[in-house]
Amino acid sequence: MTFALHAEPLTPRLSLRDISKRYASVIAADAVSFDVMPGEILALLGENGAGKSTLMKVVYGITRPDHGTLAVDGAVVNIDSPKGARALGIAMVFQQFALFDSLSVLENVALGLPTAPMAKIESRLLELAARYALEIDPSRSVHDLSVGERQRIEILRALMSAPRVLILDEPTSVLTPQAVDRLFDTLRQLSGDGVSIVFISHKLHEIRRLATRCVVMRAGRIVAEVDPRALSEADLSRLMLGVDVAPIAAHDSPPGAVALQACRLTVQGFDQRNSLNDLSFEVRSGEIVGIAGISGNGQVVLIAALAGELRVEPNAVRLLNLPVGDMNTADRRQLGLRYVPEQRLGHGAVAGMTLADNALLTGTSPHSGAWLETARAREDAARIIQRFGVQAPTVEQNVETLSGGNLQKYIVGRETLQAPRVLLLDQPTWGVDAGSAAAIRNELIALRAAGCAIVIVSEELDELYQLADRLLVMANGRLSPSRPPQQIGTAELGRWMAGLWPSEQQQPASTEQAA
Amino acid sequence: MTPWMLVPRDHSSRAWVWLSPVVAIVLTLLAGSALFAAMGTNPLQGLNVFVVAPLSSVRGWSELLLKATPLVLCGVGLAVCFRANVWNIGAEGQLIAGAIVGGGIALLATADSPRAWYVLVLLASAVGGALWASITAWLRDRFNANEILVSLMLVYVAQQLISWLVQDPWRDPNGYGFPQSELFAAAARIPLILEGTRVNAGSVLALVAAGAIWLLLARTVLGFQLKVVGLAPIAARYAGFSQRRSLWTALLISGALAGLAGGLEVAGPIGQLTSTISPGYGFAAIIVALVGRLHSVGIVLASLVMALFYIGGDLAQSRLGLPSALTGVYQGLLLFFLLACDTLIKYRLRLRRTAPI
Repeated sequence: MTFALHAEPLTPRLSLRDISKRYASVIAADAVSFDVMPGEILALLGENGAGKSTLMKVVYGITRPDHGTLAVDGAVVNIDSPKGARALGIAMVFQQFALFDSLSVLENVALGLPTAPMAKIESRLLELAARYALEIDPSRSVHDLSVGERQRIEILRALMSAPRVLILDEPTSVLTPQAVDRLFDTLRQLSGDGVSIVFISHKLHEIRRLATRCVVMRAGRIVAEVDPRALSEADLSRLMLGVDVAPIAAHDSPPGAVALQACRLTVQGFDQRNSLNDLSFEVRSGEIVGIAGISGNGQVVLIAALAGELRVEPNAVRLLNLPVGDMNTADRRQLGLRYVPEQRLGHGAVAGMTLADNALLTGTSPHSGAWLETARAREDAARIIQRFGVQAPTVEQNVETLSGGNLQKYIVGRETLQAPRVLLLDQPTWGVDAGSAAAIRNELIALRAAGCAIVIVSEELDELYQLADRLLVMANGRLSPSRPPQQIGTAELGRWMAGLWPSEQQQPASTEQAA
Repeated sequence: MTPWMLVPRDHSSRAWVWLSPVVAIVLTLLAGSALFAAMGTNPLQGLNVFVVAPLSSVRGWSELLLKATPLVLCGVGLAVCFRANVWNIGAEGQLIAGAIVGGGIALLATADSPRAWYVLVLLASAVGGALWASITAWLRDRFNANEILVSLMLVYVAQQLISWLVQDPWRDPNGYGFPQSELFAAAARIPLILEGTRVNAGSVLALVAAGAIWLLLARTVLGFQLKVVGLAPIAARYAGFSQRRSLWTALLISGALAGLAGGLEVAGPIGQLTSTISPGYGFAAIIVALVGRLHSVGIVLASLVMALFYIGGDLAQSRLGLPSALTGVYQGLLLFFLLACDTLIKYRLRLRRTAPI
């Protein structure tokens, strides 16, 4: 430790040595060692369940390793709480947010900090927000905010403590292309200031753009340490998965009849971003319509109105030419409308219940008859697990024990197994590993070929460009005209996401589809 | 700052979910022994009177069944509510309301009434309890009033109501002014099922109810919907399950069962309406439901333990000259230890070190 002084330029900011962590049935980390140098941007790449999050929880003092040591600036440290980690200059932005819904943005930020006058915290917060282009209104209540806005708070909160190591877990999922650029500028700026960045991601092109070094993990082990700039995305993907990912199938069949239609759909919310302002669009059988937009611009309300969680005028939503605006989700499901919500636990699946029970959630049994068809539920669950490659040893285990990607495959599988006529998906691959995301996308392609009408609300523009036949953009509760993805570049799409699309008369029927 | 802190466990054990109530009962008895010692009684003698003596005779066991009956009925009803995330803590009031309506029908019986009159009494008491619970359901449904407060306050309304009834309109004219009704006619009384004891058909009914509630929660569509609404209301809306229906169903079932318990008490061992028909069965049933892990089998077992505390408290008063409030203390200790054990399933204690950094 004494020679650290002389060897300063070569001393890693953070080193992990032989870190192992075993849970009851899985080895989350198996003798993992790597260093992060001062000012370095290191990417940590791996599928969900590869052990990235466990490793970072060890660094951040949430999980105690079974074995191994951590060193900061060459000195071995014992990090036994996030507070201890922050005291050492380590900050973390989680994929799953730890925000109090009932408190304001400012209060949430102040909670993690030493006591200081609110005005002081607010001015520092606004200063950071302006500097890193992370716009936020400190007085808003968190429960009004979208996922994207919540993540902005998390990033700002981490920056408040002026960290020397900043760990970000899948930070770009909810940002517009322009915002990702800004975030990367920010991260480069921080790295220039000597802050070490650990960037956990499964987006290969982002890793190639941002990171100078990439540690690839698979099943709790480091399988490669590479310079991502020198490799192709396919190379990185192969390293991460150990296998080749099947490419998206081509599509050439023309769309059929109108399956789902919104006609002058209007919902009065408590503010403009939670309202729908006279929306009209339609989706045809055998067609995928993608809805882009920064979260919190009315997508939640739109999908709730389409799915039946929010009731509207009967004729504002038409399903297979029937007015369904005032029907609930179960009645619309009977007509062939299926829906995969954004939140998996608590919305698409019930934590505390088994996979088999969760198969019943949107099955036919719990809506008719008196007795629960438990045997059929187990069969259905087993069929979903088998057909969609869900990693789950038994159908009797609780859904919350599944990783995000596995649970999403299970939910998508549950809905698609029922041969939907119309399928709504909200952020179908948010927080899902690359392998599962590819499986889900291929399933959607297959459904489209089978004549299903599909609506995808997503903030992953790659995904929309890859899948959608037509793109629409939501901003401030309004919907843009539709464009085939080939006819609109990301730069223009980014402007549309700010609400700046050419003002043209919105027509209930889209002209380019007229046969 | 406390010298220790709670840290979440990586895994909570399934076995401990059921072991926790057992440990809580053992700890309650240990703490109870210390309490006996503090009051100058030999703890062994105290425990003997409190726990062993009631179980050493047929009469003791029969009294145990008798006292466990209302606890089982209220407990399984509350389990339905709690599973549906409806915090009905007014089973006591629903029990009293059932006793009032059932008692009213019982008072109509005469020496010439058919023997099956008691069936009418029990049906009426279930309806009475359900009606009382429906006030809570309606206020929650219509005005989003907090069901915890409403159901609790309605307990006191029910207590005042029965107190007024037995002091004025329904007072026994030959009762020397005591606040009680006439004794019910024989036809209105619940048939005994064990010769020489006070055990009646109610105990069988309670077991049937426990079985039926198990079936409801584990095997029926309605029970599944209740559980989904309770665990994840947003997922319930997604699935298309009605939260209003869940609220009403849970409160009506729970109220009917508590009301039935009240009817069984007044038409059973008590035999008339008085102003004090329940030693807090409806409240004790909350502890019973939680100790029994909201599961019918657990609730039946927990009811027997809780019934033991009731009898033990009476015996401690008569044999050892200790206050019968001991029952309440034991109930409180049990709930306290259960909550403590449950916390330790999910968290472990860790000593705070003096800041290492």
